Amino acid sequence: MKSLPVRNEPSEPCATSCSRRRFASVAAAAAAGWLLTGCGPKRLREMPRDRLRRALDEMEREYSVQQGRPVKVADTPPLPGVLFGYALDLSRCIGCRRCVYACVEENNQSRDPQVHWIRVLQMEKEKGIDFREANPYYQPAEVPEEGHFYVPVACQQCRNAPCVKTCPTGATWTEPDGIVVIDYDWCIGCRCCMAACPYGARHFNWTRPAIPKDELNPATHYLGNRPRPQGVVEKCTFCIQRVRNGRYPACVEVCPAGARKFGNLLDPESEIRYIIDNKRVLVLKEELNTLPKFFYFYGT
Amino acid sequence: MRRLTLPALLLASLAALAGDEALPKTPLPSPGAAGRATEDHPEVPPPPFSEGIFPCSGCHADLPVDRTRRALTAMHDDIVLRHDEEHRWCLDCHDANDRDWLHLASGERVGFEESYRLCGQCHGEKLRDWRAGVHGRRTGNWNGRKRYLLCAHCHNPHAPRFKALAPKPAPIPPTRPGVAR
Repeated sequence: MKSLPVRNEPSEPCATSCSRRRFASVAAAAAAGWLLTGCGPKRLREMPRDRLRRALDEMEREYSVQQGRPVKVADTPPLPGVLFGYALDLSRCIGCRRCVYACVEENNQSRDPQVHWIRVLQMEKEKGIDFREANPYYQPAEVPEEGHFYVPVACQQCRNAPCVKTCPTGATWTEPDGIVVIDYDWCIGCRCCMAACPYGARHFNWTRPAIPKDELNPATHYLGNRPRPQGVVEKCTFCIQRVRNGRYPACVEVCPAGARKFGNLLDPESEIRYIIDNKRVLVLKEELNTLPKFFYFYGT
Repeated sequence: MRRLTLPALLLASLAALAGDEALPKTPLPSPGAAGRATEDHPEVPPPPFSEGIFPCSGCHADLPVDRTRRALTAMHDDIVLRHDEEHRWCLDCHDANDRDWLHLASGERVGFEESYRLCGQCHGEKLRDWRAGVHGRRTGNWNGRKRYLLCAHCHNPHAPRFKALAPKPAPIPPTRPGVAR
């Protein structure tokens, strides 16, 4: 490199020669960089569809070997013109926790250590919705208990989601149909999102999730209930593997009191819009401006 | 005449209609284009009759009609009426002339598979919400075919208050090393 100025050549050709060499090196570096980023790991959301499908096929093989039976990992895309919303009738919920366990089974949460995406809070009617007084550990012989009401809390699928804003790696984001999802392969387990979530809706896998083999739900979605590794955060996805195929979430179907309602916020004829139009509706911690798509209402 | 007149509609008994042919067929209409909130005839499963109780005419066809209000002793004595019992009695809902039917206040007969019309006479706002898909449990598809339940699937018509349930186990409280629970 030092030889050039020594050669005593006119400055013009030197500049040309330098820039050509520099151009070549910069181009080579750029090409190498492009190759590295292009071929290296990617967030699932950035992958082209064919490559995503190949990655999911790989996952299917891995999970099927792990579980000893076929596991499907779907990549069902969001439906156009759909924004999912949820409503829960506080005047009907009796606190029976059927939803909690239906969710665990549908979404392959760890049984030990226990992960529950839904937490049912028992509150006193005299005090109203007051999280300081809420008790998730109630266990009477029968529910509902006199003088109490129940507030099941899971991910509120905020439109202004603090968890998404705080994630340092971009491993969690809002899908076009409004579902806040997590890329378990991109999550580094820093738990910033858990600190940011005002609803306690995100849960961390402190150990490798343990699910008995015959209890694993093999119908999974890559952004939802596929088996999770240790050290990642997980949460409710409105049963993304069901709702993108038109079905109700598992908690909606199991609720014996019919307190759980689900539908498309953009469809004026939907159940969810009927509730918003006709019932008294509230969201939790409205003052935080998280703009949840999970509504609570009084059906009576 | 000691034989008494109430077909026992019991909660949680999803017995299929025995003697289906005796029931005048009101075809259950298929749901609208996308299970719309304005459906007039939602798709419902068969009414939850107690086993072997239907058709009621199996016994009642041969019995004279006794319209006196009285405590039932010979039959149907398992039914405890806790549903505005001060003001009402069997034949306010069940049709006296053909026990395989219910009847509205107007006298119009309705089948058991359309009993929501009977309930809706008093509980109109519940019926409206139920048709809209907001009262009661729904299964199926949020954007298509929905399955409704009749009022009687969740509420015993003779004692409609929703029954208390045993809750599923509480979550395990978190533990910290060295800190007793």
